[in-house]
Amino acid sequence: MPTFVYMTRCDGCGYCVDICPSDIMHIDKVTRRAYNIEPNMCWECYSCVKACPQDAIDVRGYADFAPLGHSVRVRRDEEKGVIAWRIKFRNGEKDMELLAPITTKPWGKHIPQLSDVPAPSQAMRDSQLLFNEPKYIRMDEGGLHTLESNGLVMKEGVYY
Amino acid sequence: MAYNTVVEDNIDILVVGAGLGGTGAAWEARYWGQDKKIVIAEKANMDRSGAVAQGLYAINCYMGTRWGENKPEDHVRYARMDLMGMVREDLLFDMARHVDSAVHQFEEWGLPIMRDPKTGAYQREGRWQIMIHGESYKPIVAEAAKKSADKVFNRVCITHLLMDDAKENRVAGAVGFNVRTGDYHVFKSKTVIVGAGGASNIFKPRSVGEGAGRVWYAPWSSGSAYGLMIQAGAKMTQMENRIVLARFKDGYGPVGAYFLHLKTYTQNCNGEEYESKWFPALTEMVGKEYLDTEGQHLSHKPIPTCLRNHAFISEVNAGRGPIHMVTMEAFQDPHLEEIGWHNFLGMTVGQAVLWAATDVNPKYENPELTTSEPYVMGSHATGCGAWCSGPEDISPPEYYWGYNRMTTVEGLFGAGDAVGGTPHAFSSGSFTEGRLAAKAACKYIDDGKAEGIQVSDAQIQRRREEIFKPMEHYRINRNEITAGSVNPRYINPRQGLDRLQKLMDEYCAGATVNYMTNDKLLQIGLKKLKIMEEDLEKIAAEDIHELLRAWELKHRHLTSEAVMQHTLFRKETRWPGYYYRGDAMKLDDANWHVLTVSRRNPETGEYTMEKAPCYHLVSKDG
Repeated sequence: MPTFVYMTRCDGCGYCVDICPSDIMHIDKVTRRAYNIEPNMCWECYSCVKACPQDAIDVRGYADFAPLGHSVRVRRDEEKGVIAWRIKFRNGEKDMELLAPITTKPWGKHIPQLSDVPAPSQAMRDSQLLFNEPKYIRMDEGGLHTLESNGLVMKEGVYY
Repeated sequence: MAYNTVVEDNIDILVVGAGLGGTGAAWEARYWGQDKKIVIAEKANMDRSGAVAQGLYAINCYMGTRWGENKPEDHVRYARMDLMGMVREDLLFDMARHVDSAVHQFEEWGLPIMRDPKTGAYQREGRWQIMIHGESYKPIVAEAAKKSADKVFNRVCITHLLMDDAKENRVAGAVGFNVRTGDYHVFKSKTVIVGAGGASNIFKPRSVGEGAGRVWYAPWSSGSAYGLMIQAGAKMTQMENRIVLARFKDGYGPVGAYFLHLKTYTQNCNGEEYESKWFPALTEMVGKEYLDTEGQHLSHKPIPTCLRNHAFISEVNAGRGPIHMVTMEAFQDPHLEEIGWHNFLGMTVGQAVLWAATDVNPKYENPELTTSEPYVMGSHATGCGAWCSGPEDISPPEYYWGYNRMTTVEGLFGAGDAVGGTPHAFSSGSFTEGRLAAKAACKYIDDGKAEGIQVSDAQIQRRREEIFKPMEHYRINRNEITAGSVNPRYINPRQGLDRLQKLMDEYCAGATVNYMTNDKLLQIGLKKLKIMEEDLEKIAAEDIHELLRAWELKHRHLTSEAVMQHTLFRKETRWPGYYYRGDAMKLDDANWHVLTVSRRNPETGEYTMEKAPCYHLVSKDG
């Protein structure tokens, strides 16, 4: 289901060009609007559809196996932290609306700035621990698993 | 060409490719290197790049030690069994003992993780998988990486690593070009962490025409993790271990939640269970140690994924296809039906589009499954990648050379698809590997290992010419013809990709030959790949976008050659259902219970192959 762009809705803002992971949404030099330059490198990931402020981008199933006449539309709302989908079947018998959360927190607010946290001690550097460990491994005071702690050894040979 | 040269100097940690591995590396590096210069180069936009660009509906690697669910060694045994013994258990144990701390941080950052209403623990899909609303998984981890990085270069495609001119076999940065402006980018760095992707699209896909983009792994996963490291002379391991996926037909929608959570199951066209009847013959092929259907319920060992594929493929070849997923029972429950659809919308929207287009309502119809073309990667259920050092406190001498996740090139680290022998890392494990590599890279610098690096202007100039050669070649030869794409002096990147896919398919066990190859076929395939290498010198790019495709193709080609060499080297059929060596149809533990390791000489292009010992994690008491 490669993407395509509706002529009357696209204003050429380029948000889709900016986000496309496959570098296939480009601005047409004549119409000054976006289009999919390479449908066979489109993963139908919907990144451009979600990013379009004009709802100008849609998807039409891959021509080699998907018949015409279906629709899967989406609206992603970062402020509200939700994504809304609507799926319409070709035969009109199924019309589903599905809603899902995309985040539980305001964007980026709960990610610590690691240049500002206390620097790791030399003991921490010499250990096998990562940032926030061992606490975040089990959310308690337990330590990191080692071969020693778990009664294990590495042995060469055929073991199953 | 009039493109600028943009030099970024004095970098400590350069992260190449910011998917889950790269974002984990950039994020963690700031903690261990608070005053270090951390730079990210990403060929797309980090907010939606890598394999998790469109989201995930599950995190497939979570131990749950917090809820007393699993120990790291349980996961190691599971991955070992699934991959028929061929894994790096030091790296796996290390990943598994840290992975939960990454997941707990994701939740704190805002990733919605579902909870079991009864226990309060994360909602399990299967033993290792937890369910998430992960549409924004990638933008959330990208936010973390941005917080830690000094600079993020989006839309810069890295084509080569820079090598130290003062000391042999030491990395010195990377070069590439901006896919928008065309500018040549030079990154001089003390260490490089490769977080680039595995390879889709090197085997001919089942889809044709427009649908060729509907590959299982992202079409932008161009094998650059391998292309970059192989070019630099890093040793690779388990490159023969490609994966074939049993998925919903055409859309390749995921089946994990269906099998594990919705409890759907498969049957043949007559509505019969088919797997078990193939198992006795399969047990003879691989040995009772790997498939013991009678003892399976006692040993609790999972049936390896490749062997289930084998039953699928055999049943279809016997004329009883298609194989169906029985959804009609589960989908009568409206809650499970909703989960079935959310599962697609969260990570493979295309499958929802396909069912809408073909009026497949799984409530009233059991959808078809298929086995995919092969993929070469190292973070999902297979372990291709670089031969890396493990951690000091776990690894035996053959697996340890000082810095965790460092390749055999000094200062060059890997994460995610880049690291070999670590299947079943998935998103959370890849992020964790990035964190481990970042800590080790900081230590490498602090230990003074990156002193005195020199990069000559000659090296920088040579790479510049090489990078833009496809555009130059187009400019010189384009006007020899009137119009069109047929030119006696060049091929374009699409034509090259078609050739690569066809020959990998036919000679290296692709889908159209039922995953079958042998010594003779592989020898012919290697010869054709070598000739193709000459044509890749004559690849033509009409514009910067095609230049991107040209370099992706070159990385895919390098990956393919390694796959072919490794497949030739391992003279056994280790993973029936992923591929078969027709001239050695049995699993051979006497000779091949080893990891395969290769090196391509960057000067000559010659391959050397070796066996490395396979160590297993066993109980101290025997």
